[in-house]
Amino acid sequence: MAIKGTDIVKKLPEGGKKNCRECGLPTCFAFAMKLASGGIAIDKCPYISPEVRIELEDALSPPIKPVTIGAGANILTVGDEQVLYRHEKTFIHQPGMAVLISDDEPAEAVDAKIKKLKELQFHWVGKVLKADMLALRHVSSGRTAFEALIKKVLPVTDCPLMLISDDTEALLDAHRLCADRKPLLYPATAQNLGKIIAAIQNRPAAVAVKAAGVESLVPLTSRLKEAGLEDILLDPGSRNLQSAIRDQTLIRRAALKQVFRPLGYPTVAFPCFMTGDRQREILLASTFIIKYAGIIVLSDIDEHSLLPLLVQRMNIYTDPRIPMSMEEKVYPINNPDASSPVLITTNWALTYFIVSSEIESSKVPSWLCVKEAGGLGVLTAWAAGKFSGDNIAPFIKKCSIESKVNHRRLIIPGKVARIRHELTEALPDWDIIVGPREANEIPSYLPDLVKSWKN
Amino acid sequence: MEYKAPLETYTGRVKEVTLGKGAGALKIGGGNILPLHYFEGSTVHRPLVALEVNDNGADRWAEWVVQPYKDVVSDPVKWAKRCLDLGADLICLHLDGTDPQGANRSAAEAAAIVEKVLSEVDVPLIVYGCEDDKKDVEVLTAVAEACKGENLLLGPAVKENYEAVARAVADNGHCVIAQTPIDLNLEKELNVKLLKQLPPERIVIDPLSSALGYGMEYSFTIMERTRQIGVVFGDVAMQMPIIADLGGECWKTNQARADREQGMHWESVTAMSLLLAGADILVLRHPDNCRLLKEAIEGKI
Ligand code: SF4
Repeated sequence: MAIKGTDIVKKLPEGGKKNCRECGLPTCFAFAMKLASGGIAIDKCPYISPEVRIELEDALSPPIKPVTIGAGANILTVGDEQVLYRHEKTFIHQPGMAVLISDDEPAEAVDAKIKKLKELQFHWVGKVLKADMLALRHVSSGRTAFEALIKKVLPVTDCPLMLISDDTEALLDAHRLCADRKPLLYPATAQNLGKIIAAIQNRPAAVAVKAAGVESLVPLTSRLKEAGLEDILLDPGSRNLQSAIRDQTLIRRAALKQVFRPLGYPTVAFPCFMTGDRQREILLASTFIIKYAGIIVLSDIDEHSLLPLLVQRMNIYTDPRIPMSMEEKVYPINNPDASSPVLITTNWALTYFIVSSEIESSKVPSWLCVKEAGGLGVLTAWAAGKFSGDNIAPFIKKCSIESKVNHRRLIIPGKVARIRHELTEALPDWDIIVGPREANEIPSYLPDLVKSWKN
Repeated sequence: MEYKAPLETYTGRVKEVTLGKGAGALKIGGGNILPLHYFEGSTVHRPLVALEVNDNGADRWAEWVVQPYKDVVSDPVKWAKRCLDLGADLICLHLDGTDPQGANRSAAEAAAIVEKVLSEVDVPLIVYGCEDDKKDVEVLTAVAEACKGENLLLGPAVKENYEAVARAVADNGHCVIAQTPIDLNLEKELNVKLLKQLPPERIVIDPLSSALGYGMEYSFTIMERTRQIGVVFGDVAMQMPIIADLGGECWKTNQARADREQGMHWESVTAMSLLLAGADILVLRHPDNCRLLKEAIEGKI
């Protein structure tokens, strides 16, 4: 938080010396400290003047404002980030992935995009990954096509919407058609800001301001804030990769390191307007996923380019403080019985995910023993001393696998072939077999192995 | 409120490492900036993109990444030349064929292959062994001796074999790849040990590159932290340039093997992520991605 408890206390009643305890705390000082850490609501003190209250609320608000787009069950919240680098804590709100539809696109193309937004989803390590919103763009002359596009989209999807038009009247009319959906309007510029402020004061909307350069955004967001409007996104106008990295970095630094409020909002990025080439567009989008964008607008999505971006987004927004790990136990795969092979691996979720899916595709009923190893992969766990003979042996003894199978053959990952000897010593009644180095060799390895056992 | 651009400059500087010799030599590192922050501080050398050549051929590569090299995969010299025609800054020769669990090519044979490639191309060579720490000592020593004075980038030197590998590198005028398994402490420990045998200008860090969806974020964060510790906090044991050998990792995923387009993005998104994390050399397999990443580095996108 931007303001310290010791600064807050001076602003409390009687310079922080009233100490009436009505807030439930023994002193004003205790209240101030708790307020600074976000542990108590400001209105618990009945004596704070309205002016001080506004001042404190402002100082206590997050350095990057959380902004919500959409209404009802399907909303998107972005912003509220607290760090520049994920290892400092974690990134919080994944950027919304938006699909651009222009009003001059043929009906079939529009239908196809809506369908893809709704239906294209992927299952990845227990999570469902999908794109988030539509960006509807006015390009044809007149309003008819734009309004028709909006009217077509509204009843068929409840996703958050962004409306794009350089014709401010058209943009505001479009907004009237779907104000109850709290759309994001773009662009608000130095030229049209007055009109936009007047129009959205009574009808909710988020606005994305656009200017040429980071500095030029400052007067625009300041005016919006004066008008009491703070659902803001920023577009500094950078339209190539390296200037985009610069602008996104400067905005994030200004917001977090300088607590510079006029830039304390999430950003919107437009790979769709930066190139006409698919490969480049994906590369740009992947840059914005890492470099701080709040919303990323793509010209289109398809199965093969959307999955890598969504996996990257998930990777980058995974909390680095929590190792992704599986519960230590024996996992049955493909309905194994007492004669099925037994494999062992570590409890990193990705290791488990890869190994189990390869065993599954081998179609061989198997037992997979997942050993607790600090959520590390096989080699890393071995290097850290968490996957070796002297700790695998007790796990095999206690994990109940010995009561599940009528044989004593254990397949270890090929990457740790070197532990075979120590494991044989630690588990004298088990036959230790070195399996493949790579999980993707399992589907060819396992069936052959099982066949050789039968003969 | 007045806006003052929050530009930052740092006292730490990435070591400048020269690869190869003579007219074809290339340099990496040298800057006191965070990755791709060309708007502040000073950059000396931009990152390089290498394409992989494998002495083991490409039998197990996905078909779409073999396609550009189909007629040359049995000949590392022709393959390397093809990579250069297709835009690679330099060549990364993987000696998978020396793996005792595979083709088990001898150290002398491997050294002869490296010598031959070296004599036919005029760019620096990166040479990776088969990542069997014992065999690698034999192979890398033979390669280092056969190519004495050519300033190859050789590795990996790992916890188990770094002394012998670094000795061969130091005695024969090369640079070394210091490899650790995605662990910042082990990485620093190995760097500190290697610094007793070699100057920092002869070391490149390989914290291991994982593919998108298969631990990429771990590689990302280790690289990002390495660069910060070196440049922002000025730790001299962490100021060496970073290599991201990611092509093989990406193309072996089921996602890359299942579909050409998906494979292309899998490699390019992983590469862009690790470039943003701090990689100074990207090792890729597909030439189209080599071009794409070079465009990103050169500011053409
Ligand atoms: S209620 Fe207000 S004035 Fe009373 S002790 Fe708490 S903070 Fe101080």
